Amino acid sequence: MLRLEKRPSPSRFWQAATPILAVILTMIAGGIMFALLGKNPVEAIRTIFWDPLFDPQYAAYSRPQLLVKAGPLILIATGLSLGFRAGIWNIGAEGQYIMGAVFGAGVGLALYPVETRWIFPLMILAGIFGGWLWAMIPAILKTRFRTNEILVSLLLVYVAQYILAAMALGPMRNPEGGGFPGSRNLSQIPSMANPELIAGTGLHWGVVAAIGVVIAAYVLLQRHILGFQIKLAGQAPRAARFAGVSPERLVILCMGISGGLAGAAGLFEVTGPAGQISIDFNTGYGFTAIIVAFLGRLNPLGILLAGLLMALTYIGGELASFILGLPSAAIQAFQGMLLFFLLAVDLLTNFRIRFGSKKEAI
Amino acid sequence: MQRRSILKGGAALGFATMMGGKLAFAQGLEKVKAGFVYVGPIGDGGWTFQHDQGRLAMMEALGDKVETVFQENVPEGADAERVLTQMALSGCNIIFTTSFGYMDATNAVAAKFPDIKFEHATGYKRDTPNVSTYNARFYEGRAVMGTIAGLMTKSNKIGYIGSFPIPEVIQGINSSYIHAKKVNPDVTISVVWAYTWFDPAKEADAAKALIEQDVDVILQHTDSTAPLAEAAKTPGVIGFGQASDMAEYKPSPRVSAIIDNWAPYYTERVQALLDGTYAQKDTWAGIGGGEVKIGDITDAVPADVKAKAEAVRDSIASGAYHPFTGPLNKQDGSAWLKEGEVADDGTLAGMMFYVEGVTGDIPS
Repeated sequence: MLRLEKRPSPSRFWQAATPILAVILTMIAGGIMFALLGKNPVEAIRTIFWDPLFDPQYAAYSRPQLLVKAGPLILIATGLSLGFRAGIWNIGAEGQYIMGAVFGAGVGLALYPVETRWIFPLMILAGIFGGWLWAMIPAILKTRFRTNEILVSLLLVYVAQYILAAMALGPMRNPEGGGFPGSRNLSQIPSMANPELIAGTGLHWGVVAAIGVVIAAYVLLQRHILGFQIKLAGQAPRAARFAGVSPERLVILCMGISGGLAGAAGLFEVTGPAGQISIDFNTGYGFTAIIVAFLGRLNPLGILLAGLLMALTYIGGELASFILGLPSAAIQAFQGMLLFFLLAVDLLTNFRIRFGSKKEAI
Repeated sequence: MQRRSILKGGAALGFATMMGGKLAFAQGLEKVKAGFVYVGPIGDGGWTFQHDQGRLAMMEALGDKVETVFQENVPEGADAERVLTQMALSGCNIIFTTSFGYMDATNAVAAKFPDIKFEHATGYKRDTPNVSTYNARFYEGRAVMGTIAGLMTKSNKIGYIGSFPIPEVIQGINSSYIHAKKVNPDVTISVVWAYTWFDPAKEADAAKALIEQDVDVILQHTDSTAPLAEAAKTPGVIGFGQASDMAEYKPSPRVSAIIDNWAPYYTERVQALLDGTYAQKDTWAGIGGGEVKIGDITDAVPADVKAKAEAVRDSIASGAYHPFTGPLNKQDGSAWLKEGEVADDGTLAGMMFYVEGVTGDIPS
């Protein structure tokens, strides 16, 4: 008989080992799936995990792209992880990401064609504000009326998508675009662009911000009273209340920080890699960041690595898709497996597997 | 002319000087590797499916002279630029980008790879000499569908499921209405905007809303078969296949179809690359060029209606008739085309107004 026994305290070894085990299990199960599709599994796995980093034909381009893809994921996931630790579930980062881009781009476009160096910083502030504002709706509804922040924040994603479409078709539409939807290309306007800072590195302001936020979150959680309160509220809500932690204040703070960071990510994306407000500007960073946050164990440094790993599966997946002719659904299933196995082997952190019946064990 | 001036402006700004020596691609290639970037899944049964059918037909025609790679479900925006770059790095000689939203990405990557040809579907930017654009005159097909719709409707109400309020879709609405009206002066058209190219659930909702308003002929500018499935539930309601034949709904509700046929274009362009005759161009062909095909008109349509629809099709194909021929007024009653005058391509490419008689406003 196989039996689970609760550990007295979570295993430190397994806490670190489960993500690695999950990746290995994903490779095995994914390899079987690729084999069933008639592709060479070893070649497919190599194309996803190795070629973007080391293949002479692609690596020079793909490696910097890792940062471009991972930047927004890390930025959003770090913000989300603070709330998740405190038991505050902001599922609507995708909507806050959109609103950040809309607010930031709105400020920039309103000032067009003024060219001064202050426009881009102003747009960043507007982007943070947009994301923060969108997160404040579920936060205030929760603290005032006890609504469920999971539902409200998620549903606001759809509202944000309609606002985005309205902006792309209406007020922000490029007047020189022949009637087609989509704004001016912000990445081609010097005062609004978020360019690659050092050629060939993929490093843009969003990546710089992501690294800064990871460090800040690490310090916050290790050294600052707010970090302590967040951890306490998540682990022992009653104890936190006795210790004088205001749950309302924590909700407002955590939702605000995660919303603001998601908004900033949206702004960096719309001024850089994406370039313009278009109907389908958002491609799911806000949702994928939830996976990244958990893959990184809600730990800032873990999130940094998890974001890079997730970016690798995207870029490698794209390579595998057209080099080997893998269907895009298979790549998505592969990414889904990663989260599935992570949550599954997470069991080992808190439980011990025992063989035999309970009596024998005692 | 507007299209032209946009082109000139863009090209002049950009890379004309840089590319000076490479304007002619004189030398033919032994073998061509062609890449295709798709916005949807190849099994969508509509837009992307037809592009992929074009790719397969081109491979069939050119045999071992051509090798193809493709990638489906590529989001428009930042991801497209990366996918295009990776395809360029993989050694493709020519890359077809098959959705409007790839426009900026296509031009940006093309500027970095001057030796690779880029072909962008439905766009208008050709910033560097290695970018060509191609599109089809779908409004020609709409003229045929509109004729059938006007003759078939009993409630005198026809419905149009629009994807996005962009010129291509507005052309379709106007062309459908003009030709329905021509054969049935009492006809009215209702437009529902789905704000998607492919979303079966939203498209079904849009069809439902139209049927509830007593509409009995549905035209769609979205790519799934959901509106036809919805029409099949109500007796007497008919519709048309869009992008693909959608033959599984024959003989009714699908009474005919507008089929995108990209095979001749893909074959021609790759062949030109093999022959060394490839040159930058902007292609906008229709029924006459074979890019737009009218799907089999079924027996659910009376013979005289079928004959009239086929007459419209044939006169457009021969060039004898243009679907936008005056006298035509704009929605607000102001004059647009005089008796016998034909719309120019520039106006059509930027068409953001309804013709007289269409109700409702274009959302903005």
